Parts: sequence; structure tokens; C-alpha cells
Amino acid sequence: MAHPLTLITFIPLIGMILILAAPAGLVRWYKWIAVASAAAQLVIAAWLYTNFNTGTVAMQFTERYSWIGAYHIYYFMGVDGISISMVLLTALICFIAVFSSFSIDRAEKGYYALLMLLDTGMMGVFVALDFFLFYIFWEVMLLPMYFLIGIWGGPRREYAAIKFFLYTLLGSVLILLAMLALYYYGAVPTFDMTQLAAHSSSYTIGFQRIVWIALFIGFAIKIPAFPFHTWLPDAHVEAPTAISVILAGVLLKMGTYGILRVNFAILPAATHELAWLLLGLIGTINIVYGAMCAMAQKDFKKLVAYSSISHMGYVMLGLASFTAAGINGAVLQMFNHGTITAMLFLLVGVIYDRTHHREIDGFGGLAQSMPIYAGITGFAFFAALGLPGLSAFISEVLVLIGAWQLHPIMTTLGAATAILTAGYLLWCFQRIYLGPLNEKYAALPDLSAREIFMLLPLAAIVIMLGVYPHAILVLLNTSLVHLNQGVLAVATGPALPLH
Amino acid sequence: MDLGNFASLHFFCPELLLTTATLLIVLVDLVIIDGAYLGAVALITSAGALLLIGVEPASEGAWLFHRMIVYDSFAVFFRVLIALAAVVAVWMSMGSAEVRRCAQGEYYAIVLASTLGMFLMAESANLLMAYLSLEIVSLTSYVLTGILRNNRRSQEAALKYLIYGGVASGTMIYGMSWLYGIAGSLDFVAINHALFAASGVPPLTVFIALVLILAGLGYKVASVPFHMWAPDVYEGAPIPITTFLAIGSKAAGFALLTRFFYPGISRLDVGGGWTALSGVEWPQLLLVVCIITMTLGNLAALQQDNLKRLLAYSSIAQAGYALMGFVLLSNDGLRAMLVYLFAYYVMDAGAFLVVMIVANATGREDMGAYRGLAWRGGAVPAIALAIFLLSLTGIPATIGFIGKFYVFAAAIRERFYVLALIGILNSVVSLYYYMSPVRAMFLGQPEEGAQPIAIGAWNYSLMGLLAFATIALGLYPPPVIAFAARSLHFFAGTS
Repeated sequence: MAHPLTLITFIPLIGMILILAAPAGLVRWYKWIAVASAAAQLVIAAWLYTNFNTGTVAMQFTERYSWIGAYHIYYFMGVDGISISMVLLTALICFIAVFSSFSIDRAEKGYYALLMLLDTGMMGVFVALDFFLFYIFWEVMLLPMYFLIGIWGGPRREYAAIKFFLYTLLGSVLILLAMLALYYYGAVPTFDMTQLAAHSSSYTIGFQRIVWIALFIGFAIKIPAFPFHTWLPDAHVEAPTAISVILAGVLLKMGTYGILRVNFAILPAATHELAWLLLGLIGTINIVYGAMCAMAQKDFKKLVAYSSISHMGYVMLGLASFTAAGINGAVLQMFNHGTITAMLFLLVGVIYDRTHHREIDGFGGLAQSMPIYAGITGFAFFAALGLPGLSAFISEVLVLIGAWQLHPIMTTLGAATAILTAGYLLWCFQRIYLGPLNEKYAALPDLSAREIFMLLPLAAIVIMLGVYPHAILVLLNTSLVHLNQGVLAVATGPALPLH
Repeated sequence: MDLGNFASLHFFCPELLLTTATLLIVLVDLVIIDGAYLGAVALITSAGALLLIGVEPASEGAWLFHRMIVYDSFAVFFRVLIALAAVVAVWMSMGSAEVRRCAQGEYYAIVLASTLGMFLMAESANLLMAYLSLEIVSLTSYVLTGILRNNRRSQEAALKYLIYGGVASGTMIYGMSWLYGIAGSLDFVAINHALFAASGVPPLTVFIALVLILAGLGYKVASVPFHMWAPDVYEGAPIPITTFLAIGSKAAGFALLTRFFYPGISRLDVGGGWTALSGVEWPQLLLVVCIITMTLGNLAALQQDNLKRLLAYSSIAQAGYALMGFVLLSNDGLRAMLVYLFAYYVMDAGAFLVVMIVANATGREDMGAYRGLAWRGGAVPAIALAIFLLSLTGIPATIGFIGKFYVFAAAIRERFYVLALIGILNSVVSLYYYMSPVRAMFLGQPEEGAQPIAIGAWNYSLMGLLAFATIALGLYPPPVIAFAARSLHFFAGTS
């Protein structure tokens, strides 16, 4: 296949143009154009997976063309083990999100067009290797997200949408400044991330610290790390289900992906110095604080949103550990969090579509009227709380094993939070699905075929990665170990120039 | 080359065309009652001027008319920008409901005369020429602002403009007289030599002269503290004129500002940096002006409900971003400024055009007229306005991002980190008010009884063109960058 990465990135854009160009009479076809684009993306992602060489740290499937010569900017794409796992996740989640969008019933043209643009932006972030290109995709994604929440969202959608936009723009302009600083003060002026990483030792440690923090804030807002997390619950609560799925499934990973791709690779010395504090400690706070907030929620979706914050904390903690186990676990956790949280938001969407509210205390006994729904929710909850045999268990254990070397107290707190997690999830399950049946909802229909079709592949992946995590780890390991050694080598290697 | 009067005409064809057309329109207007075709004449003239700039003989640069005017690539850049602004202004005028009600002959004659004045501002080589051309632009602008005779806002705006303008240009000419007293010449090159050679002139004296001159120039680019006229004038003037002032007049102001402060009183080093007069701290002064201009423009825009007023404050802030390139004392910075001004031209013209389209249909300019625009037949103008506003914010894949990228890159390169940080925080703040019309158009519901928006092919085509340029040049900016880089040559004579 020629240019697989360009194809996988821009197929949705073609879909968008088709949707925009299609006359209004073909309104029923919009969703099928979107399905076709997402399916094509999934096929290419599968092709990439099978053709990916796991034995090398080099970038694969690269494409490189000059774009803006005056600033040495290239159209440069490629994937390594870290990005390919995210490409797979993006293709999968987008495919499911398109099906989940079928319940949208107004202004479909705009909706599917924006969804496709969002898809291109996300995929682009994971395959871009030129920092400038990365930044373009990173920002392009904000717009469709703003409109998707703002037009098709819940009652407080305007507030949530602009809050999301302002927060993330603040983060991304810091990334822009950091990017320009990296360009001008390196050994060679370039935006090529692989080149920047190769010349990482030419940056002084003082410079690295400042740029590292600017980049970290930019990425942390996306993760979202404490204390930049407040936009997330608002955005999730107001967003339509499909958008929540994308937000939790893919968007949040961009933050941690950026930290790996930029902070770790380009600024290893500062990473080694600052990671334990800013990644490790904040990650621990995310885990504990997110879980406590989740416990206090009355809104089902908000509970899932906070649990999402909590689980992203494990990713940060794992990254900070600088051990092969921890860092592999972190990226595996990114993937697992994507699938599990996507399931949780789909399940919230199911009940919201039927009852138009999400008050946890407003249901009761739904297991009697919707047994399949209750069963799959139970499965997803157990996956989220880290039941052995399901995927999140593996990644969280790997993270904790790795993190022990970083700091036993942080690790203990992280591990102990599993109890809180089990607490709020089971308590929530009990209030919604068990107990006496709420008569109001006695006649609710169980899951439709479309809903089962969306949930089953995710459930299958959760089980598969629970028993055979190697399927993803094999992609990650080579690249991650190399990256990790790069960071550790700086700590023991020759001193950096001081000025 | 130091050309005499007749030899100069080779490089003066666009200006001659503008002069001829101005006079022609005045004459035709005397004999023909129906002025419906005068707009077309003005459009052809301004487009013709643009073409004539394109076919000028290649030259390293020259003095024209005995060193009153300088011809160089820097002048060409701004003449192109101003001619483009004139094309857009005339095009919009022909599609504007407001303009159709005023006397066509006067209107178009004055627009062309104003264009001529802006051309001359961009190519002045002499303080006298600079002052005269600036006054041509000012006087014509006052008339154009007040041309809606039955509109009180328009009248009030013209009066305010006149008073501010009178004070600013009076201050400027006073400063020029100081400078003449110090340097003994009105010629920029002679002033430069005199200032760098001078011994015994206290730097403070020079500084005061520069501050006084800055009053006139700052007023043209609408920088703080000479910006107060802008919101009222932008709101009161007919929208095509607002656009013309916002993009044409501002560009001419930047041209003269740069011409005066860079080749006029500074020296180019070998490495592309510029050396200011020692002891005369105008770069620091302008740095402060730049920071306050963008911050104040953005903060004031947050409160606005009238779109024209919002865009007026936004254009103050935009001038602040362009000034970021100006204060860096390097060719990199100047190039960034040129790229920024070009970007600003495209996106600001587009934004005003959509405001005009909505005003044509509804007669309103307040936020309420935009509520639910996308859902009552105005989806295309709504999307276009969103593109222009996002470009003004600096969101990627638009030309506005390229402009900001260049300005911030230049600032980082010259180690103005705090300036870059302030600039970037400003663009985050600006997102809020640039999004508020977008929010109204897409997220809001139409008001009771709101009319659907009808839009003619004439305005449609210009809007499409500008929106296309905003995105296409945002994705592939090399043509703009090459044009700006080529335009950084100031002719300073061979001797």
C-alpha cells in the first residue's frame, strides 16, 4: 500500500467533503459515508498492524515532502511502536463513535462533517513527525470538538464548549512557544521530531527545564492532569455520547502521547529531573483525587468522567517510573483506558437515550428490565476496576510494579485507590441495576442490535488483552525501551553544556 | 538612480491611473445624472493599478521626482496591499445597501483619491511628502466617514475623526520641524546621515521629536494611545469604508512608520539586524506601545455587542501583533510584520464583508442579528465568518496562524520571550470574543421574527474568494512568505 499514513489520516477528510457536497435529499446517506470512511480507516489500521516491524526503533511507513521551505517545515509522517498503538485505538474508537452517532437527529450534515474533521485531526496528531504538522493537527481538532459539544450537546453546552476551547487553546499556545524555542536554540534549526530528539544534548539544562514545563502544561491540560482537569467533567456531561466516547477514548491520550513523543524524546535531561515530581506526584493525585470525586457524583456520566481522570493518573505514574515495566504498562493503560472508558460512556449513553436523565439515584433495579444491558455494564465496571483476567489489570499492575522503584508511597497510594475504585463502581452498580425495580422504567427496551454491535468488539478486546496483552505490548516494547534508555542515559552520561 | 520628473513617470503609472480616474469620475459625474456605472469604473481602476504595479520595469530602486518619492520593493509590497484593499473596498461598496444611497460620483472619486494618498504614503522619501500624503489620506477619510448624510452616527464619527486627526497631524508636523532643526534636511537619507554623524545633539531632543512624529503615525495605525477614534469611526462609517480604513489606511500607516523608523533613522547591519540611534530609546517606547495596544484592544473587545465595534477593537489588537514584528529591530521581525499585515488584510476584509452582508439583509450590526444565523438560511456566510474570526484568533490551517507563527517565531529568535508570552496569552483572550459571534451564529437560536439572510452573487463571490484565500494560504503559505521576504529592500541610494 502506498502512502498508508496519508490515506489513514485524510480518508475522513474526503468523507467530510463528500458529506458537505451531498445534496440535502441524501440526508440518510451521510452516516453511511461516515461509516465507510471509518471502516476504510480501520482496514488500513489493520494493515499497518500486520505489516509493522516490531524489531526496530526506526520510524516506519515514513513520508516526507518539503512544505514551508523558509522554516525547514516538512510534511513528515511516520509511526513507531508508541504511535501505532494509538493509531489502532483511534481507528477503532472512531468507527464505534460513528455508529454511536446514529441517534443524532438534527443537522446531520454538519454533525458528520465535523466528526470526520475531528477524526482527521486526531489521526494526524499520532502520525505526524514534524512538530509543525503535529501542531496543526493538534489545533485543528479543537474546532470540530467545540462545535460538536456546542451544537449537539446538553443544556449547558455553550459554557462547556467554550471552556474546553479556552483551556486547550491556552495549553496549545504554550506548546507553540516551546516548539519555536526548540527550533531556534537547537544544534540545527528543524521541526523534525526525530532530528530534534537526535540533537537533544545541544539544549542546556536550564533551557530544557523551562521548555519542559511549558510543554508539560500544554499536554497536561489534555490528559487532564490535576489542577487542569476542571474542563473535563463539564465537557463530558454536555457532550453527546459519541463525542464523549472520542473525548475519553482518544483525545485524552494525546496529552500523554505528546509527553512521550516530545518531552521524553527531545528533552530527556529535564524529563529525568522533573518527571517524578510533575508526572509521578500529579499522577498520584489524579488517581486518588479522581476516585474520590467519582465517589461523590450523583450524575452517572460525571462519575465516569472522574473515573477517567483517575485512570489517566496511572498512565502518568507509569511514565514517571523510568522502568521498562512501568512505561510499557503506561502506554498499555492508554490503550486499555481507551477501550474501557469508551464502553462506559456508551453504556451511559444507552440509558440516557431511553430516560433522558442520568441521576444515579433515579433508577434502581434496571437489571430486571434490561438484563443484557446490566450484564455488559457489570463487565465494563469490573474491567474498569481492574479485575484480573481483564485488560486494565495487566496495565495497572505493570505500572505499579514499575512505579515501586520510583516511590513506594506513591505506588501504595495508587494501589490502594483500587479499593476506592471498586467502591464507587460497585456502589453505582448497586444503585442503578440492583434493588427493587423502579416502576417508571419497567418497560425500557433492552440493548438494540446496534448497541450490542458497538459494545461487543470493545468487550472482546478487553478480554483478549486481559489474557494476551502481548498483542499490544509487542508493538510497544522496542520503542519504549529505547526511549526509556535515552532518558536514563542522560542521567549517567556526560554533563550537558551549562550555557 | 536619482530620476527627474519625466523619467520618474515610468515607475508612477499606477498613481497616474488613479489620478486620471479620479478626475474622470468627477467630470463624468457633472454631466451624467445616473452614477450607477461609476463603481465599475473605480473597480477597473483599482484593479488596473494593481496590474500596473505588476508590470513595472524591474529595478533595484530609484528616487523619483528629485528624491520626493522612493521606488523599492518595500514600496511595491505596500502598494500591492493598498491596491488590493481598494479593490475589496470598491467591490464591497458596489454590493452595499448603505453606499447605494449616497452620491456615487463623489464617493468613488474620493475613494480613489484616498488610495492615491496611501500609495504616496508607502513611498515617501521626504518628510514633506510624508506629511502631504498622510493629509490626503486623512482628509479623504473624514469625508468618506461622514458620507452618510442622514445618519447621525456617521456624522458624529466624521467629526471625532477630524478632531483627533487634526491634533495628531499637528503634533506630527511640529515634531517634523524639530527634526528638521536637528538634521537640517527633510530628506530621509540626509536625516539619517545627519543623525548618525551628529555630535552634540542631546538624544533627548531627538527622542522628543520622534515621539511627536509618532503621534501622527500611531494615529494612522490606531495604536495606543492614539486609538480612541477607531471604535467610533469604524462603527459610524459605511462598512466598505470601515474596511478600507481598517486594512488600507492601516497598511499605509505601517508603511510610513517602518520607512521612517527603519531606513529613516536606523542603520542596517550586515547580519540583518538594525541599529537604532544610541541613546534614543524609541524601540523600548514602541515595545511598551505594542504590548499595551494588543492587550487593551483585546480586553476592550470582550465587552462589545456591535460587530463593527468588536472588529474595531480587534483591529487595534491586530495592529499590536503586527507591531511585535516592528519592535524587534531585525529584518526577521519586519518580514514577520509584512506576513502578518498580508494575513490581516485577507481575514479582516472577509470579516467586515460578512458583517456587511448581514447588515444589508437585516439593517443591524449587533450580536442579536447573528443569533442562529446558521439555522435561518445563512449557513454559508456563517461558516465564512467563522473562518475569518478563527483566522483572526490564529487557529491553524488559516493564514492568521501563519501570521502569528511568523511574529512569535521572530520574537523568540530575538529573545523577546516576555513579549512572545504576552502576545500568546493575548491570543487566548481574543478567542473568547472572536468566538462570541460564532457562538451566536451556530449555538444560538434565531430571534422571533428574524429574517432569513439573502445574499447576492456579487458579495458571494468575494466572500468565497477571501475564505478560500484564508484557508489555502494557511495551508500553503510559501507564496506570501516569498513575497514578504522579497519586499524587504529599502532603497537608500548608491552613494
